Amino acid sequence: MSATAVSARGRRKGAGLGLVAWLAGIVFFLPIAWMALTSFHSEEDAATNPPSFAASLTLDGYREFFGAGGGAGPWPSLINSAVASIVSTLLVLLLALPAAYALSIRPVRKWTDVLFFFLSTKMLPAVAGLLPIYLFAKNTDMLDNIWLLVILYTSMNLPIAVWMMQSFLAEVPVAVIEAARVDGARLPTVLARVVAPIALPGIAATSLICFIFSWNELLFARVLTGVVAETAPVFLTGFITSQGLFLAKVCAASLVISLPVLAAGFAAQDKLVQGLSLGAVK
Amino acid sequence: MTATTTAPVAATPVRTANGRPSARLRAWATRAPLLPALIFMIAVTQLPFVATLVISFFDWNALYPKARHFTGLDNYQEVLTDADLRHSVWTTVLLTVAVVLASLVLGLLLALLLDRRFRGRGVVRTLLIAPFLVVPVAAALLWKHVLYNPEYGLFNGLLHYVGGPQPDWISNTPLLAVEASLVWQWTPFMMLILLAGLQSRDQQQIEAARVDGASDWQIFRHLTLPHLRRYLELGALLGSIYIVQNFDAVFTITSGGLGTANLPYTVYQSFYQAHENGLASAAGVLVVIGSIVIATFALRVVSSLFREEVSRA
Repeated sequence: MSATAVSARGRRKGAGLGLVAWLAGIVFFLPIAWMALTSFHSEEDAATNPPSFAASLTLDGYREFFGAGGGAGPWPSLINSAVASIVSTLLVLLLALPAAYALSIRPVRKWTDVLFFFLSTKMLPAVAGLLPIYLFAKNTDMLDNIWLLVILYTSMNLPIAVWMMQSFLAEVPVAVIEAARVDGARLPTVLARVVAPIALPGIAATSLICFIFSWNELLFARVLTGVVAETAPVFLTGFITSQGLFLAKVCAASLVISLPVLAAGFAAQDKLVQGLSLGAVK
Repeated sequence: MTATTTAPVAATPVRTANGRPSARLRAWATRAPLLPALIFMIAVTQLPFVATLVISFFDWNALYPKARHFTGLDNYQEVLTDADLRHSVWTTVLLTVAVVLASLVLGLLLALLLDRRFRGRGVVRTLLIAPFLVVPVAAALLWKHVLYNPEYGLFNGLLHYVGGPQPDWISNTPLLAVEASLVWQWTPFMMLILLAGLQSRDQQQIEAARVDGASDWQIFRHLTLPHLRRYLELGALLGSIYIVQNFDAVFTITSGGLGTANLPYTVYQSFYQAHENGLASAAGVLVVIGSIVIATFALRVVSSLFREEVSRA
């Protein structure tokens, strides 16, 4: 067997496996592609068997979703979701950054124990604290209040954020900080000029992940909100109460509500996994 | 790191009479940035759990608040002897193990495919990640109504072309239906972790093995797989944390019916619909005990992962 024969066979095998990869990608993406296509179909075309791939396109599903049909419209819930996700993410950063600083750059004694305490709270199932939180909210008139969700989402994401931030800040070389100090730089200057540039991509990744988890959350939102503070996922679960055909409408709604997450996720594919694996995967 | 305490940051607070910073103050100055986050976490996550623990010892139906009284361990006895609840424990285990294993295996296969160079690799990677980025409720609705629907769902539509049967997916295999939708969402996540693992392999070592005449399978079995072990463990751990707690898919696809109610759904139902605060709390405490068992094991895995990190740093 000559060398050229080997490489030719290897190339053919490589091309074959590339094809398999493409096939897998298409299979995994098919439901989303179908969802997108259906969202642009009329309800009648969306509910046919066999499926009507080439049916004419319309924006009716989106119009229906955004309330042209006389419904309440998703805007209040989308705004609630945005407030809960963005404000809780900012709160997380506010709490996690100093904590991560005290766990990496100027570590407290036994900092690994503290880090593991944060992680262990993540292993406590959220559902175990649901009832007392509900009762507390009921007795303090906090039910159906978006700020309660802001607090809860902050606690939900804080452990992950502390872990991520810790791993990012740990990458800042101590020698550089020391050198800046020796040169007479004060702490705020050191943080702004030395630490921030190195940690900024990590902070961005952390924010994205906190945003995504808050945006996706259903259980707390479902139990603790009603009319006023309803978030987008809760709106979505209540969306299909009407009789009749609703496929196009549901597809449009699902796509619109997933859009922020899809955009954020695609923008930060690598950071996403690094963040979710708590910085263990570089 | 302790050597850096000579740096001026912590030395700014009050100094003692002889002009040297008090060690205790300095220690608190180091700790101070940590405290807000720590206090917040304890207040919002640990206190409610203590309350759950207390409530679990009471017979307390929210519709009859006056009849509330201490019952000791009765709730636990009722929960543990309740056939539905025992079933939901089993469902939770089955759901978690099946989804984590299936998405790990699929994720590994996809990661191996993506580790090779081929035309359009970036596009394929993006296509594969997409399912993880659909909002979970939206994904569950998509599977329930757009894919599984027996009359006009995509699956039966495609089966129609090949003249296949037209099964009612959710009624026939409810748990499998929930699992499939979760595997679809979690496979991309596992793939990304394992891909990072594959790309951190020692390429020289692999080249050397190849020169020595090792086959692809031997390289995979003896070099790649051992290297991937910690990545597989990490994927299994994180997947378990999230899937044990899954609520969205069960709630949306089957509403806990047809024997698919897992523990989070059961707890949700027993206080949200049945208003049995005491029973719900007891079930919640049991969920926590189960999680602690898993977490003790899991934390050991993570800490071994990070010990390597720390020693490297």
